Amino acid sequence: MSELVVEGVTKSFSGKKVLDNISFTVQEGEFVSLLGPSGSGKSTLFHLIGGLFGPDAGNFYLDGNKINGKRGAISYTPQSPSLLPWRTVLDNVVLGAEIFAKPDRPQARMMLEKAGLAGYEDAYPHHLSGGMRQRVAFVRALLSPQDFICLDEPFSALDEFTRLEMQQWLLSIWEQNRKSVLFVTHNIEEAIHLSDRIIVLSSNPATVKREFTIPFERPRDQALLLSEEMLQWKKQIYQELQT
Amino acid sequence: MLALNSSTLVQMKNMLAQGWRPVLVIILLLILWEISSRLLDIPTWLLPSPTEIAREGVTSWANYQHHLFSTTKLSVIGFVIGVSVGLLIAVILHLLPTVRQAFYPLLILSQNIPIIVLAPLLVIWFGFGVLPKVLIITLVCFFPIAVATLDGFRQTNQELLHYMRMAGATKGQIFRKLELPHALPSIFSGLKISATYSVMGAVISEWLGANQGIGVYMTLAQSSFRTDRVFVAIVFIMILCLVFFGLIIALEKLLIKWRATEGE
Ligand SMILES: Nc1ncnc2c1ncn2[C@@H]1O[C@H](COP(=O)(O)OP(=O)(O)OP(=O)(O)O)[C@@H](O)[C@H]1O
Ligand SMILES: [Mg+2]
Repeated sequence: MSELVVEGVTKSFSGKKVLDNISFTVQEGEFVSLLGPSGSGKSTLFHLIGGLFGPDAGNFYLDGNKINGKRGAISYTPQSPSLLPWRTVLDNVVLGAEIFAKPDRPQARMMLEKAGLAGYEDAYPHHLSGGMRQRVAFVRALLSPQDFICLDEPFSALDEFTRLEMQQWLLSIWEQNRKSVLFVTHNIEEAIHLSDRIIVLSSNPATVKREFTIPFERPRDQALLLSEEMLQWKKQIYQELQT
Repeated sequence: MLALNSSTLVQMKNMLAQGWRPVLVIILLLILWEISSRLLDIPTWLLPSPTEIAREGVTSWANYQHHLFSTTKLSVIGFVIGVSVGLLIAVILHLLPTVRQAFYPLLILSQNIPIIVLAPLLVIWFGFGVLPKVLIITLVCFFPIAVATLDGFRQTNQELLHYMRMAGATKGQIFRKLELPHALPSIFSGLKISATYSVMGAVISEWLGANQGIGVYMTLAQSSFRTDRVFVAIVFIMILCLVFFGLIIALEKLLIKWRATEGE
């Protein structure tokens, strides 16, 4: 289990400020969504957390340890599922673990089965549908040794039906593991459905506009999406994004 | 496994089903050639007809087969060395960017040296043995493979690279697990070009000084106006290229099973 603290992070690319003084925390076992318009710098923030490059100012702490520019501290899934096309599903899901130690294949098989991917262990990614590839990518993240998971818009390329199905699937799998998750999306409903907390970002440059704590009980089901409260939350967050 | 085998079978059937078109064109061209050389009564030393070439090819097999084997051996040796050098250069230049900046222009310059000029020089320096010939083949072979491999490394998918880096992979792991398998299709494109170049390189190197090989056979045939023998040599050069090409495609099919078979 892990706790992430983001403290006053600022980043510019060739003079253009993309992130401005971003601060927030993700507690142990918490599911937090970053909600922001396209191009606001959400992926950039992930690249910074993952240590691809360092911030201009500010710090990242994971369980109290500074992780600025340190790679391998978190488990990250890019905007596209980023599976290796020459590896089978089974070989793909152990990739994150394989970087640090000999992977546990029986455990991987079990996890694939739980994720509804039984029978696809030896298939190549190009034989899978978009939703299934995302599942594989998420199983890979769960099997990686890091306890903190960053997901960058995993469902943005999926159609509405698959997206709802995937949200429900993600919740059911996540509720068994409860690794801390930081989830990027620009879909308000998705953010409310999944998260304990939502952090709304402004754009140009991105700042933290507001935080919402979503009080819905877990486990959550799809009926929630049609409830009156859901509509209220949607309204409130939508207004925040508009202003 | 079973599924893969049957899909390979289907592919082979497709190839056979489509392969008749080029074969038909070649046969038609040969017939046209045969008829016109008979009708126009072209002398053999100027342009022999296909049947005359075939007859020569069959009847004097015993006289020239040692040339054939010598060239095949030379091409294979040159190809293996050239490809190894090309791969090694590509890996070094890729892993050491500063070295790449310094040596990449040199790599391209090496291809601007006319082989026809270089070959006699190599003979002067190294004599008539195998060494100068292998050097020539290496020089023409390493370039396509080095450039194709470097391109393959460089075109590695950015998101995959980000994933690997953020997952904590070392430079070596990124190379082995991502960049090398990613470059495999490019490497095979390079291999196909190098394979045909190696046969050309072998023939040219023999031209310039050897006691056997298709190149020698060709020179002898030319100087005695045995044009039919020149054509026999050409046919065998083409067959040799095709065999190399086919072997590499077979190896490619064996190693790159994962590639999405698009356009089927
Ligand atoms: N390595 C980089 N070099 C220069 N500019 C960059 C780099 N990475 C991102 N940017 C810029 O930063 C801004 C934010 O990009 P980013 O990809 O983080 O947005 P995003 O919020 O993830 O958008 P989307 O929702 O479309 O994925 C963009 O204007 C982009 O051009
Ligand atoms: Mg993004």
